[in-house]
Amino acid sequence: MKLTDDEMRMRDGAEGGAVAAAMDLLIRYGEALGAERLVDTRNVAGTMTQPSPAKAQLVREGGWAKAYAVINLDSDDDIEIPRMKVPTCQLQHGFSDDAEGLTAYAPQSIELQTDAENYYSERGVNILATCTPYQVGNLPVRGEHVAWMESSAVVYANSVLGARTNCEGGASTGAASLTGKIPYWGNHITENRYATHLLQADTRIDTFQEWGMFGYFVGEHVQEARPAMVGSLAQPDLADLKHFGAATATSGGVEIFHIPGITPEAPTLEAAFGGGAIPEPVRYGAAERRWVYDTLNGQGQSDEVDFILLGCPHASLDQVALVAHLLEGKRLNEGTELWVMTPRALRTMADRNGYTRTITKAGGKVLTDSCPAMSRAAPPGTRVFATDSAKQAHYLPAILGIEAWFGTLEECVDAAITGRWRGQLT
Amino acid sequence: MSVELRGRGIVPGVTEAEALVTRDPISGFGGIDVATGTVIEPRHELFGVCFTGKVLVFPGAKGSSGWSGFFQSTRLMGTAPAAMVFNVVTTKAVLGAIVTRIPTVVEAGPNPLDVIRTGDLVRVDGDSGVITVVRAAGSASELSTDFIQ
Repeated sequence: MKLTDDEMRMRDGAEGGAVAAAMDLLIRYGEALGAERLVDTRNVAGTMTQPSPAKAQLVREGGWAKAYAVINLDSDDDIEIPRMKVPTCQLQHGFSDDAEGLTAYAPQSIELQTDAENYYSERGVNILATCTPYQVGNLPVRGEHVAWMESSAVVYANSVLGARTNCEGGASTGAASLTGKIPYWGNHITENRYATHLLQADTRIDTFQEWGMFGYFVGEHVQEARPAMVGSLAQPDLADLKHFGAATATSGGVEIFHIPGITPEAPTLEAAFGGGAIPEPVRYGAAERRWVYDTLNGQGQSDEVDFILLGCPHASLDQVALVAHLLEGKRLNEGTELWVMTPRALRTMADRNGYTRTITKAGGKVLTDSCPAMSRAAPPGTRVFATDSAKQAHYLPAILGIEAWFGTLEECVDAAITGRWRGQLT
Repeated sequence: MSVELRGRGIVPGVTEAEALVTRDPISGFGGIDVATGTVIEPRHELFGVCFTGKVLVFPGAKGSSGWSGFFQSTRLMGTAPAAMVFNVVTTKAVLGAIVTRIPTVVEAGPNPLDVIRTGDLVRVDGDSGVITVVRAAGSASELSTDFIQ
């Protein structure tokens, strides 16, 4: 890999041991990928504060500097961690103190995370604590090279915003933060961003649920490839595309998609394919829609629901407002819990608008920072859960060994009030 | 008779261990348990199987961007594979191999999934990019095979 003068200086230690370790990792990583060079970035979204048993052990041995060196730089050296060189944010992590006592989630993990937040805040990390940084102030512009992890955020950044990022990990983002560099490979290169597959919706895609189901089908079909979508598509909003992208990155590994006329790199269908040949479309009709619905509901047996999870990826303010509206003057079924996960900055607005009070008064909770899948914890005794998220319906049964129902937000709130799952595909 | 496959070494080092082969891509988050080094994805063909100390031969990574962090944790908890062999090069799998610090060869030919079988004794040379099937599963030791011939 070709290095610039400043990259060689960093590698050789001119900016200290941590930056040298970061550059060493980026060189190993870039060469393993087959990248020709690195590219500058001033926007990193990674993870440092998420507790884990391995991290707790490293912190006991050598403090947070040790944990960052080993986990975020792949280095065993004893090095001081300086201030982040470029703007960096912490993505979603474990539960925070607002969830203390609600689950079996260990209080020590909450303490460890709070300690980490203090350490990393001092080094310039913005603790956004959400899988949707683009909802709370981290909004890269079109063409900007960024280094993000979190598959649902990566697909949103590439597709909806037109920023450029690969699906990075904890170590590559850790190294990018201290150097402002990331391998110029994959999605950073224009030719690698054009669509490879065409999907056509023959059934109307016009609700949050429909966008999620279509996304789940698209991901299952194209796996790691780059789909373009046409057909009977209504104008989506932020929440629709957040759900759609997360679903494509759940059943498959989609990192970029195009919707001609909607997403920025596809003013036309021809532009989505970079002027190349446009393949025959794969059709998404009634049968395919039914297959997705049945697959996502394939892990549900009992209609007695004891947990409702909304906000995966983290809910928008509009979604929180809708939950509050549906719960106005209502009371949750005894023995059924309802949680809405949202970024902490949006909960502040939900508090201000009274949404939190309405949801809390009905017996629900507005929580931040994490989700049951990330923290591997649900309310004690949960056997059957329901969600409006294709992603959470896919992951949570495997992670917690519980049953899952997938439906609309309205069906989920109905189940929270009645304790019964009455969802169906209409 | 040993079989040789040639690819690109991306993490240096040489190791020899039994192969564990799957045609299903592997997920990190929601796909493996780092404490036990086993695959936990219900629909995966290796569901419940432990990869610790094995040469993990698989197509590539799928799922969450936490992939590299999960495999890094297997190293820290002593449950890591001995080596990795995969042909679909993605940021997730490549970074995962690097931070797991185990000899890794990618893009090998002929296709490792067609040549290597679970239980084969395999040598992975991450320096030269050569994978050698030292002894096929179920056969006698290399030495005694030579004597028979």
